[in-house]
Amino acid sequence: MKPTRRTLMAVATATLLPLTACGGGSGSSGSSSSAGGTYTFWDPYPQFDASSDWGRRVTACGSAAGAKLKRTSYDTTDLGNKALLAAQQGNAPDVMLVDNPVVSTLVEAGILNKTGDLGLDTSSIQQNIIGAGTIDGASYGVPIGANTLALYYNKKVLSAAGVDPASVKDWVSLTAALKKVKAAGKKGITFSAINTEEGSFQFLPWFWGAGGDLTKLDSAKGVAALSLWKQWVDAGYAPKDVLQNTQTTSWQEFATGDYAFGENGTWQLGNADKAGFPYGVVNIPGQNGGSAPVPTGGEFVTVPVQKDSSRYDVSKKIVGCLTSSTNLLATDTTLMYVAPTAAVQTEQVAKNAELKPWVAAVAAARGRTSGGLGTKYPTISQPLWTAVQAALSGGKSPQDALAAAQSSAQKG
Amino acid sequence: MTVARVDRPRRAPAAAARASGSGARSLRRRRRLTALAFLTPLLAYLAAFYVYPLYRNLDLSLRDYTVRSFVAGDAPFSGWDNFRTVLDDPTFGPAMRHTMVFTFVSIAFQYVIGLALAVFFNRHFRLSTVLRALFLIPWLLPLIVSASTWSWMFNSESGVVNYFLHFFGVAPVGWLTAPDWALVSVIIANIWIGIPFNLVILYSGLQNIPGELYEAAALDGAGAWQQFRRITFPLLRPVSAITLLLGLVYTLKVFDLIWIMTKGGPGDASSTLATWSYQLGFGTLLPRFGPGAAVGNILILIALVFGLLHIRVQRRQEA
Repeated sequence: MKPTRRTLMAVATATLLPLTACGGGSGSSGSSSSAGGTYTFWDPYPQFDASSDWGRRVTACGSAAGAKLKRTSYDTTDLGNKALLAAQQGNAPDVMLVDNPVVSTLVEAGILNKTGDLGLDTSSIQQNIIGAGTIDGASYGVPIGANTLALYYNKKVLSAAGVDPASVKDWVSLTAALKKVKAAGKKGITFSAINTEEGSFQFLPWFWGAGGDLTKLDSAKGVAALSLWKQWVDAGYAPKDVLQNTQTTSWQEFATGDYAFGENGTWQLGNADKAGFPYGVVNIPGQNGGSAPVPTGGEFVTVPVQKDSSRYDVSKKIVGCLTSSTNLLATDTTLMYVAPTAAVQTEQVAKNAELKPWVAAVAAARGRTSGGLGTKYPTISQPLWTAVQAALSGGKSPQDALAAAQSSAQKG
Repeated sequence: MTVARVDRPRRAPAAAARASGSGARSLRRRRRLTALAFLTPLLAYLAAFYVYPLYRNLDLSLRDYTVRSFVAGDAPFSGWDNFRTVLDDPTFGPAMRHTMVFTFVSIAFQYVIGLALAVFFNRHFRLSTVLRALFLIPWLLPLIVSASTWSWMFNSESGVVNYFLHFFGVAPVGWLTAPDWALVSVIIANIWIGIPFNLVILYSGLQNIPGELYEAAALDGAGAWQQFRRITFPLLRPVSAITLLLGLVYTLKVFDLIWIMTKGGPGDASSTLATWSYQLGFGTLLPRFGPGAAVGNILILIALVFGLLHIRVQRRQEA
């Protein structure tokens, strides 16, 4: 065929068509979200679909506020970056649930509203729980609930090894118990020392339990905590694959019934009942006794900054609905979280006595980003988990590993 | 506005050739425009999916991005600061070394095993097609499936590899948990994944070598090894070169396999430039886009150098 203007036009139109279609598409979606009663809602719970208790509660809270909520779930590790990108493009969600250590990063990015400015009441929430979302005295979100770590133990394995769980009071007695368990032919303890935030989260109870300070990773106290873990792995009290364990795979190891102890969180209680062996829960002991401070886990409900500030009224109603006392009880029961207010905690324990040690653990818990650390925490956490890995794998001594971590944390 | 001209009757080619000087010029112009119009989709595609991302990546690596300036879009220009940060980082040396070891050891084994299998399957024995198809499985499996499977097989406590070694009296090896073994383990998995690619390309290269050459060589008394050395290997050289180059580019940037199996650990015993770049950009709670992009650019640069090297070698061969 001979080239003519007709073909030229056809080709030009064909190439331009998708481009204009794209432009039209994004334009229309932008206008509809601000004009209509549709509000966007992000959470890190892809495991709950629209028909789940959580999914229905979100929808109901939207209707109660007179809006249609469009809920999107992301993987929790993905949500922070997705939020940053969305904010950069100017289409952050109206209401967003994020993991508590991410709050300070998002605040640093300047994309979250203060709860005070929105007029949300956070006075009934426990200080140590809201601490992770408090920067320079202002809070930037309302905790939906808290979870934390404790030691699950397998009653069968312990009694076969002749260990009384009540005797586990400090590190020395715990290590002695692990030794007895190993001598009885069972496995000692499993935890997660993976090279992600999960690894740091699991190491912190021991680090803080020794009196460690996150701004001085290589102090003698930090070294003591890392040496404890290393001693367990070297002696075979803990398996080598803790280095690869996420908290989920660590739970799967514990659920085989071979392990005496498993360091894991509140969220496994539902699975613990299905594990098929009698179990108990003790708080993680400090080096010299008492309960070690544990890091708080759990999400915050936040309201990202919008260009159109008239949307905040509805967003505020949605947050209020999700965090009202009656709904907190139901939500935290669904998520297996400990409520962030004393009143709801009392109700929870009255309903389910199993939660008692967890409520105590949450009361003693600290936010990872609390105490003014904020966005310094991520730059400390990454070298910390690298040091844990280097020491447990035998690449470096605990002292050297933490010294290297401290120097890289200082660089930021 | 051009409707009238568009709709005018077409001239026969012969008539067009005999047209006046100005007519020929306009025809040439029209041809060029048409050619350009046909190029437009490709150019638009290249610009949208290659040039712009590359430009953004370069821009990211030359600015001091914090989470705040990332959202606000006002990051100050910082020159080579990000590259300096990256080069000074104690992780850089090991990551570079691991990338090179990972890439070259993987490619060497993939190529040798792929070539051996290609020659083997070139003999057309019974069931050879079925077997060859089976060898393609690693290629067909989603990487997340094969990487997770390797990770389970290499598990130090319950992995099937250690279970198997146990029968030979070998003590359990911490495949993914010992600093000396982690890199070896991911290389083994990567070799397994890369063999089918080498097999397929080299096999198709072998099909193009005429059978008469082998017959003639056999008449001259050349043995199997001599036939391979004097005929197969030299005639396969162009195909080998492209296989190795593509393999190099694929292997340099391998990320998912390592991330799923070890996340670059334990410590940074198996971290490569690709995993480190991701670690910096997305692996922590506080993304460091600038240094992450800088590592990415270094990786692109390395691939580019090898690409240019390949072109040069090929030109010299042709000359």
